[in-house]
Amino acid sequence: MGAGHAHMLYRHGSSPVHALPPHTKLTAVLAFVVVVVATPRTAVWAFALYAALLGTVAYAARIPPGLLLRRLAVEVPFVAFALLLPFVARGERTDVLGLPLSVDGLWGTWNVLAKGTLGVAASVLLAATTELRGLLLGLQRLGLPPLLVQIASFMIRYGDVVTDEMRRMRIARESRGFEARGVRHWGVLARSAGALFIRSYERGERVHLAMVSRGYEGTVPLVDEVTASRAQWSYALALPLSALVVCLLGWTL
Amino acid sequence: MHVPDGFIDAPVSAAAGAVAAGAVAVSLRGARRELGERAAPLAGLVAAFVFAAQMLNFPVAAGTSGHLLGGALATILVGPYTGVLCVTVVLLVQGLLFADGGLTALGVNITNMAVVTTVVAYAVCRGLVRVLPRTRRSVTVSAFAAALLSVPAAAAAFTCFYAVGGTTDVPVGQVLTAMVGVHVLIGVGEAAITALTVGAVLAVRPDLVYGARDLTAPLRLCVGGEPADAPPSPTLDLARAGGAPTPALTPRSPRKVLLAGLAISLLLAGVVSFYASAAPDGLEKAAADEGIEAGAGEHGAAGSPLADYGVRGITDGRLSGGLAGVIGVGLTVAAGTGVLCTVRIVRTVRGRRAGEPSPAATGSPAPRTPRDV
Amino acid sequence: MTPETPETPETPKTPEVSAARASEPPSLEVSRLAFAYPDGHQALFGVDFRIARGERVALLGPNGAGKTTLVLHLNGILTAGAGTVKVAGLPVGRAHLAEIRRRVGIVFQDPDDQLFMPTVREDVAFGPAAAGLRGAALQDAVDRALAAVGMAEYGHRPPHHLSFGQRRRVAVATVLATEPEILVLDEPSSNLDPASRRELADVIRSLDVTVLMVTHDLPYALELCPRAMVLGDGVIAADGRTGDLLADEDLLRTHRLELPYGYRLTPRNRRG
Repeated sequence: MGAGHAHMLYRHGSSPVHALPPHTKLTAVLAFVVVVVATPRTAVWAFALYAALLGTVAYAARIPPGLLLRRLAVEVPFVAFALLLPFVARGERTDVLGLPLSVDGLWGTWNVLAKGTLGVAASVLLAATTELRGLLLGLQRLGLPPLLVQIASFMIRYGDVVTDEMRRMRIARESRGFEARGVRHWGVLARSAGALFIRSYERGERVHLAMVSRGYEGTVPLVDEVTASRAQWSYALALPLSALVVCLLGWTL
Repeated sequence: MHVPDGFIDAPVSAAAGAVAAGAVAVSLRGARRELGERAAPLAGLVAAFVFAAQMLNFPVAAGTSGHLLGGALATILVGPYTGVLCVTVVLLVQGLLFADGGLTALGVNITNMAVVTTVVAYAVCRGLVRVLPRTRRSVTVSAFAAALLSVPAAAAAFTCFYAVGGTTDVPVGQVLTAMVGVHVLIGVGEAAITALTVGAVLAVRPDLVYGARDLTAPLRLCVGGEPADAPPSPTLDLARAGGAPTPALTPRSPRKVLLAGLAISLLLAGVVSFYASAAPDGLEKAAADEGIEAGAGEHGAAGSPLADYGVRGITDGRLSGGLAGVIGVGLTVAAGTGVLCTVRIVRTVRGRRAGEPSPAATGSPAPRTPRDV
Repeated sequence: MTPETPETPETPKTPEVSAARASEPPSLEVSRLAFAYPDGHQALFGVDFRIARGERVALLGPNGAGKTTLVLHLNGILTAGAGTVKVAGLPVGRAHLAEIRRRVGIVFQDPDDQLFMPTVREDVAFGPAAAGLRGAALQDAVDRALAAVGMAEYGHRPPHHLSFGQRRRVAVATVLATEPEILVLDEPSSNLDPASRRELADVIRSLDVTVLMVTHDLPYALELCPRAMVLGDGVIAADGRTGDLLADEDLLRTHRLELPYGYRLTPRNRRG
């Protein structure tokens, strides 16, 4: 855990997708997901086309399909929820293997599964092809308030440090024979959490001192500018634009 | 509770995005006012703490464990504005890097988990701290209540979004009942951990607890005060102590306190009535599912009472609503007492043996599932 | 192990050198500095000293002597309750805080606190960029600072992927990038393994800048700083040649300072 959960999703590579400026990729993914969500759920074939589009991107980015599928596991809790919809939804019922299921609920399950999966897959592709730093620069470029970007940047910079402190505290606890087994040990664990908070806060104060000592006056100067050429934009936006075509067809057909 | 894409339709997602953006904008201004130029490093570190704290597992029983969500905790420790920003950043990073929560649902997620949680927790905590005697114990109790209510409040907010923009026609009342019911249970765990953690911080650095700043305000004198030109003597201290300490933050007007109290009462009434309309079997089932399905995510569990409810019909539930309410309130009170006892034990036994089994503490059923809310 | 004195490798700067530069204002001039924390705890009781340009001076003192408090006065993070601090003639105060902070480069004890940006390059660029440098000039400053500490190849690495010694050297680079008048090192040798310790010593020795090194690592002070001061009970209790101070066992004992086991300085080892 110490080496950085923040980086494990990134898959180093030199594909054309990796090379795209981060803000174009962010825009493309966001637009793609919006289009997917706006697609009527009855247009089943449209979702197959979306999946094919994402498959093409994954191929271009040289992301192995196995990796993509494994990371889709994050969705599992919602699959469970989605599978319940046919049992609870109102309206017309139909018999599936002897169970009276709601037609609307079945469509609901399909809707959540299809759109949720596509959304997760798109995010996974983004995370796998974009470095953390790039994501933050891209977000700032897209107009996210600089303070929010700074906070995110500090969180990512110190996520490892804080997690590592937590790990050391756990080792210290266990070295003294403590093992948390149930509710009655919450007091001890919560005191660790409290100590972790105090350490984090005090580190925040020290970091602030170090920043002020180097001339910080409230804004972090942007050193790396990210820029995108027209070609890069069109390349990145090819994904949501093709998706939009599919979506419009889905509404009209 | 990370909502994925496709759960809420596009227009409502967009509206939620606008709400979230507004709330974040207000918080950015507020945090800058609260922390000044320290906002970025401090909020960043607190966000890192929330992120790490979510990985800290609190064992419940029989291999089940829960973890902290941290919204209420962050609010009580660092204040509502910074709290909103911290949780927002955590959600943003989770959505972008871990595909945890859909990108189109980011607005819904931020509104539920960053805004509703922190606002409710803050209102409850501030209100109670003002009403209760000015002791550290009161802050811990308020933290418990705040965290307890913040979780079902977020669940209720989610249900509202689902009622307006849900993509499937499900009986909203039942969804609300099930969601809130299950999340009250989750809230009990969250509340216990939050209260214990706040208590632990209070014991060491009370000045860092935003929710307790009234208790510590006299200690926080002006920074950069000027001692006399001669090497200061003890008289300096006397002069300082005699002089009016700069009130870091002016006390609120009584009207606001009343409003906060009203809000709490409404919330309490709301939660209790949700219980009252829930079937006890649904509640028990939820508890059982939560406890047994150790491997299942919270949503699996959240759904199951729904299923139970939907299949068995409403009549049962309405009949025994009152009983359910009593059980719910009793459960909450029992859990609260348990935490109070635990807190007292933790306080008195400062050493290693802090967590001696107390009947009330072990008896408080607060099963949490291992992953995600 | 035979008692041995570490060699001071280069000629110490004699008072004559300082005198030769007497026409310039001293890099650092602290006079009658007193400070009490808002809670009433007083840490400094009238600190007085001057450091001439180009000197390397160690500030010795046990934990809690007020060393860090003093350091935070040098760039105006804490403001003097009484007395003044002047950096190259410029008094530390609200009026020109930005310039003061450019002139005084503080390297804090924990490099993780100091290296807060996502990559080494950005971190080193932070100071000069805050001072208004942009473009090629900024890149030049970054390259020079990284080269000075021997970390030129690590520019694009995230700081937390470096070893502790490397992080400390990058931390030095982050303040060198602003071309400070005086470099203030807070416990530079803490947590370093012997090789990193030597590498850092080489870096410090190679720099053409005034250095104030705050430490309780006496051999390191002797190795790097010809002159030393002892801060005790919030005042400068002694000021002189490092070798002389470290040979004064009474002085060391009074101020809770100790040479490592096996080390003893005798007057025979004094220079000059």
